[in-house]
Amino acid sequence: MTKTYRIEVDCANCANKMEEAVNKIEGVKKAVINFMALKMIVEFEDGADVGKVMKKAAEVCKKVERDSEIYF
Amino acid sequence: MNKKQKKMLKRIIASAVITIICAILPVRGWLRFALYMIPYIIIGYDILTNAVRGILNKQPFDENFLMATATVGAIILGEYTEATAVMLFYQTGELFQSYAVRKSRRSISELMDIRPDYANIEENGKLTQVNPYEIKVGDIVTVLPGEKIPLDGVITEGKTTLNTSALTGESVPRDAECGDEVISGCINLTGLIKIRTTREFSESTVSKILDMVENASSRKSRSENFISRFAKIYTPAVCFSALVLAVLPPFVRMAFLKLPADFGIWIYRALTFLVISCPCALVISIPLGFFAGIGGAGNAGVLVKGSNYLEALSKVKCVIFDKTGTMTQGIFEVAEIYPENISSGELLKIAALAESYSNHPISKSIVKAWKNEIDKSGVSDVEEISGRGVKVKIDGKTVLAGNAKLMMDFGISIPENSHIGTVVYIALDGEYKGLIVISDTVKPTAKAAVTALWKNGIKRMVMLTGDSAKTADAVAIKLGIKEVYSELLPADKVELTEKILAETKGKVAFVGDGINDAPVLGRADVGIAMGALGSDAAIEAADIVLMDDNPEKIAKAIRISKKCMRIVYQNIYFAIGIKLCCLILGAFGIANMWVAIFADVGVMVLAVLNAIRTLYVKDV
Repeated sequence: MTKTYRIEVDCANCANKMEEAVNKIEGVKKAVINFMALKMIVEFEDGADVGKVMKKAAEVCKKVERDSEIYF
Repeated sequence: MNKKQKKMLKRIIASAVITIICAILPVRGWLRFALYMIPYIIIGYDILTNAVRGILNKQPFDENFLMATATVGAIILGEYTEATAVMLFYQTGELFQSYAVRKSRRSISELMDIRPDYANIEENGKLTQVNPYEIKVGDIVTVLPGEKIPLDGVITEGKTTLNTSALTGESVPRDAECGDEVISGCINLTGLIKIRTTREFSESTVSKILDMVENASSRKSRSENFISRFAKIYTPAVCFSALVLAVLPPFVRMAFLKLPADFGIWIYRALTFLVISCPCALVISIPLGFFAGIGGAGNAGVLVKGSNYLEALSKVKCVIFDKTGTMTQGIFEVAEIYPENISSGELLKIAALAESYSNHPISKSIVKAWKNEIDKSGVSDVEEISGRGVKVKIDGKTVLAGNAKLMMDFGISIPENSHIGTVVYIALDGEYKGLIVISDTVKPTAKAAVTALWKNGIKRMVMLTGDSAKTADAVAIKLGIKEVYSELLPADKVELTEKILAETKGKVAFVGDGINDAPVLGRADVGIAMGALGSDAAIEAADIVLMDDNPEKIAKAIRISKKCMRIVYQNIYFAIGIKLCCLILGAFGIANMWVAIFADVGVMVLAVLNAIRTLYVKDV
């Protein structure tokens, strides 16, 4: 399953770091951040709890960049 | 500018003014330090707190940390002006960057401003505006002059001209009347029309296009991946070198050269390293370049599904064409008329009358070629002979119109056929009167398109078709394509494409109209579908979609991709080059912190400005 989320982030390098961090979360098959379009496209593993994964994603993104925001 | 940016601008101005005052005031010692702390804190408090937070979160090596270390170090060395200036320029650069990114986001959405805001529904004789999402298939929507067509549909009432430039990049308006299919996103220019919708809004062309453009840069190119990998190594590497630079030379001087250590000088040089170590210029300018390139291409009627395809397109060395619908119109038209003892107008008139009752595409094309009104009153005893043609009576005279077999059946001698296309022979009262050649005409711009491709560095062009060898060869000669494969089944096309892929060093593009060539579109390095407005299969299968059916757009798309890649590479070489130079000069003490600031912020500003150039593709 693939879902697209709107995100808020100011710098391109932070977006790269967020992408890397989200990709490490269990349940995420592949995550891509499109900095220019301010979108995060997450492909979940089969049977992953989307709510849980996204909560974790928001958490790790905050850690990398305090000003970041994921809308889900 | 948004709120955040305005606040930052105020901080920058306040801090800059105070810094200048500090620099002028003739104070020394602790007072000088305290005074400089005011502008330094104003401009840098968020960076300092973020740096501390980064360390606590085990995420060092971010730019906050680098800037904080560099400036705190400079302050310890007593370089207050430089410390504040580094912060000031860094923040100015960040502000500029976020402004530029915002601006280009906006200008691209303006370029692709095709989303209709409402649809007019007639209720009790009055027009009400409703959300296009609420319209169902089969509803009647009214479009006033000047409005966008909200959903795909068929005109049921009215006549108008449409501006399709937002979709196709084509500026010549298109006429549309009752019964014509229209697509959402076009602008209704002249008349009021009513449309019966054929698709829901989410399925309509405009939604599909916007979805594609908005998600386009999510497929990252190799250049982008290279830069993010580079950035990951670059920052720690420079930081490590800075540490070495601060420690090793003083140690060597003390231990081996018996010279004073000069810690201050070497730490200063190490700090300039930290200022240069920020990868911002690269990390922002490369995706920005692709984003703007895709946006600009979209405005020219070329939809690119990802930066990777734009990159691949710039490396295309071989183009494979489908014939029908790509290089030819895909519509049958009367091409030539060869009358025998009769005027060609008269021959065409007889043929048109004879064929007027038939629904066969060939018959229709003859009727269409005879532009005048058809008076069927004189036509009688119509007999369609399957696989042969027609036999009718016109004003009492027997007319035969059909292929060679028909003529043979009736014992009429005909000249040998040397024509390309489908030939219709006409006989009047048992006497041969001439023939009409019907063929699929080559698009008027096809020849120019092929020439443009040769000019743009394409080394090999191949045409594939399911059509007969004779027709295919004729089209190829007309266009200047030397390699033709004809009488192919769809599976043969895939096989041949694979063979060409194996033979070609660069990338291979396949251009088709999306009708029964979806497998080949998928197989080629770059699948280009043309005239794809309203064709879902093509939009799905292709990597690049040409919104109108003009083959000249292929060369244009390649030029756009080359311009984009040129700018991307310029930025990569320029940014990395300048930074390396400054690092070397910094290590030898030739470049001071001011030069380092230029290497960081100046390069970023220039790279961003350069990247934005890719948006402008009008004259490419």
